[in-house]
Amino acid sequence: MKFKVNDVEVFASTGGRPFDKKKPLIIFVHGSGLTHMTWVLQTRYFAFHGYSVLALDLPGHGLSGGQSLKSIEEMADWISEVIEAVGYKEASLVGHSQGCLVIIECAFRHPKKIKTLSLMGGAGAIPMNPELLSLAENNDTKAVDLMMDWAHGPAGHFGGHPVPGLYHINTGGMLAKSRTIKNTLGVDFRACDNYKNGFEAAKKIKIPTLSILASGDKMCPVKEGKKLADLIEGSQVEIIDNCGHMMLLEEADQVLKVLKKFILTNFPVQKN
Amino acid sequence: MTDKKKKSTDPKTYKFDTLSLHAGYQPHKNAGSRQVPIYQTTSYLFDDVDHAAALFNLERGGHIYSRISNPTVAVLEERVAALEGGTAALATSSGMSAIFLTVMTLCEAGDHLVVSSQLYGGTVNLFRLTLPKFGIKCTFVKPRDTQGFKKAIQKNTKGIFGELVGNPGNELMDMPEVAKIAHDAGIPLMIDATYQTPYLCKPIDHGADIVVHSLTKWMAGHGSSMAGILVEGGKFDWMQNDKFPTMTTPYEGYHGLSFAEEFGPTAFTMKARAEGMRDFGPCLSPQNAWNVLQGIETLSVRMQKHCSNAEKMVEYLLSNESVAWVSHPSVPDHPDHELAKKLLPNGKGSMIAFGIHGGKEAGEAFINNVKLASHLANVGDTRTLVIHPASSTHSQMDEATLKFAGLSQDMIRLSVGIEDFEDIRNDFEAGFRAARKPRLVSNQ
Ligand SMILES: Cc1ncc(COP(=O)(O)O)c(C=O)c1O
Repeated sequence: MKFKVNDVEVFASTGGRPFDKKKPLIIFVHGSGLTHMTWVLQTRYFAFHGYSVLALDLPGHGLSGGQSLKSIEEMADWISEVIEAVGYKEASLVGHSQGCLVIIECAFRHPKKIKTLSLMGGAGAIPMNPELLSLAENNDTKAVDLMMDWAHGPAGHFGGHPVPGLYHINTGGMLAKSRTIKNTLGVDFRACDNYKNGFEAAKKIKIPTLSILASGDKMCPVKEGKKLADLIEGSQVEIIDNCGHMMLLEEADQVLKVLKKFILTNFPVQKN
Repeated sequence: MTDKKKKSTDPKTYKFDTLSLHAGYQPHKNAGSRQVPIYQTTSYLFDDVDHAAALFNLERGGHIYSRISNPTVAVLEERVAALEGGTAALATSSGMSAIFLTVMTLCEAGDHLVVSSQLYGGTVNLFRLTLPKFGIKCTFVKPRDTQGFKKAIQKNTKGIFGELVGNPGNELMDMPEVAKIAHDAGIPLMIDATYQTPYLCKPIDHGADIVVHSLTKWMAGHGSSMAGILVEGGKFDWMQNDKFPTMTTPYEGYHGLSFAEEFGPTAFTMKARAEGMRDFGPCLSPQNAWNVLQGIETLSVRMQKHCSNAEKMVEYLLSNESVAWVSHPSVPDHPDHELAKKLLPNGKGSMIAFGIHGGKEAGEAFINNVKLASHLANVGDTRTLVIHPASSTHSQMDEATLKFAGLSQDMIRLSVGIEDFEDIRNDFEAGFRAARKPRLVSNQ
């Protein structure tokens, strides 16, 4: 569906069901240079089970208008504006990679609006490899190829997509190349590299939080994810074996199972 | 940049030969079976009602019924998508059904396609005679007439379809230019790359949006199994105009789903499977998918041998006194030689057409007297295949019709195999000897 935030058109997938304001809202926030499409194996479940779902395209990404936001802080405020723009007071947030930085910062800045956080492949800080950052800022497609290489675990490199016929690495690559790389990936990587408030924000978070980490994640290793989770009061950690950073596709079913349990317990649909 | 530095920025994603053997399959999810198992089953257990509903709603990936998808077939699909540089693929029971499904996923009654005139005969029949029955009309354009493709585009045109190297005339289509023409008009380019395989050319790299194959041919190589596939490039923006409503608006044919919104770079394949496989059902058997996978494991070594044998054959034919002309893109005076060098850097393929002195009778005598080369109506077998179209596949045609189809009485079509070249040459020597004395030999 399309709607406007600060006069700029935003696209969000509603998971294949009409957006219904009577249902609790879950917002999915994608990683650097990617789009709403990365969430297809998680969003549809919630949309078909009593929730309103928005898998967003960040400004300047995917099918959304506007320019890419330059800092994690701006993105965090933008998420809060999205919640208001669609007529809600509160939401649960799910993020992947850069999306984790965004939702932690959002919960820190707008604590009343955010009910739960689900962090996939998250960390308190994501300092960028300088070569990767420079390739992305110089609009070099090699940045995408490198990201796809590092983002997939050893098993993910072979494929074996849960949806028959899809090939992971090329699909992810095509998403990241769908707009001008320096304006999406380049801006996002720089925003990640600049962001320093993750650990401080984590200490202030008092809402139920789940961290899903993957044993073969080279971009946000388990150790980093745990370091962040340790700072969040009562947070829950689940580790997925034999899987890389793109866990939401590589091991979509396992991710959905853990996420489902967490959301249904901590952000249940109220039965009338 | 020092070598060391350069190394650190090179992606280590697997390359072509490795993908041919491994893409799409994880042994640890299949009882550790090193070889891809053949899932000889029609249907798959649901964990519970929630799981069943989730699969039908496309909430989760997985298999329901083998007409729609099958785990062995899915390995083949991913492998070919990986080799072609595509986002997704859908395997079918034959090359023809892959082409039919592609068209039916793209078009509705009232739509129009611009099509190259040099296509496999079965495909010509589909476009010329069968699709009009479904209300889909086509305009044929000669493959070398690049601007002709542009001129033929109408308001209701939904795509351009062609083969990179037309059969049997070996005329090349300027794929990158035609892709630009298609994209300027907001429509996709579809390429049948059966004759090239991704080892020789990846059409997606040159602007194609959908690639189809008859896997029956070089991809399988062994000539044992029928199979086809469509591969999606993932770059085409279906939402840029209102030409493709069944892709971009809530589609009644599938629970109000908007394929382009929901699946983006894999939308076409998702629709072809969800709608096309469900309603037309040309599914590939797991056994045949497995057979094709065996062939693909050795694709690059076979293609190298096919191409090197073809080059030796071209050289041999060019210096043979019984041969009137030779058509192969590797020949420097072939009209598309330069374009072939650009688009087919790894080899120009193993299909050769040549004219034999003595016309139809000599052609028949040649065919009757080769013993190693197989006389049959197929291409892309590991074995060398020959046919004389004027006395077989096209025997009902008169001189003028033959000419229009790019054929002649003296033409022999040859699909060069991977036997020892000496043996193929010796066999051809016998054929040419007989062709020089046609009557005497055919009376034997
Ligand atoms: C170029 C080309 N495309 C498509 C086909 C049809 O494929 P199949 O025979 O697998 O249906 C053929 C068959 O000869 C072919 O040569």
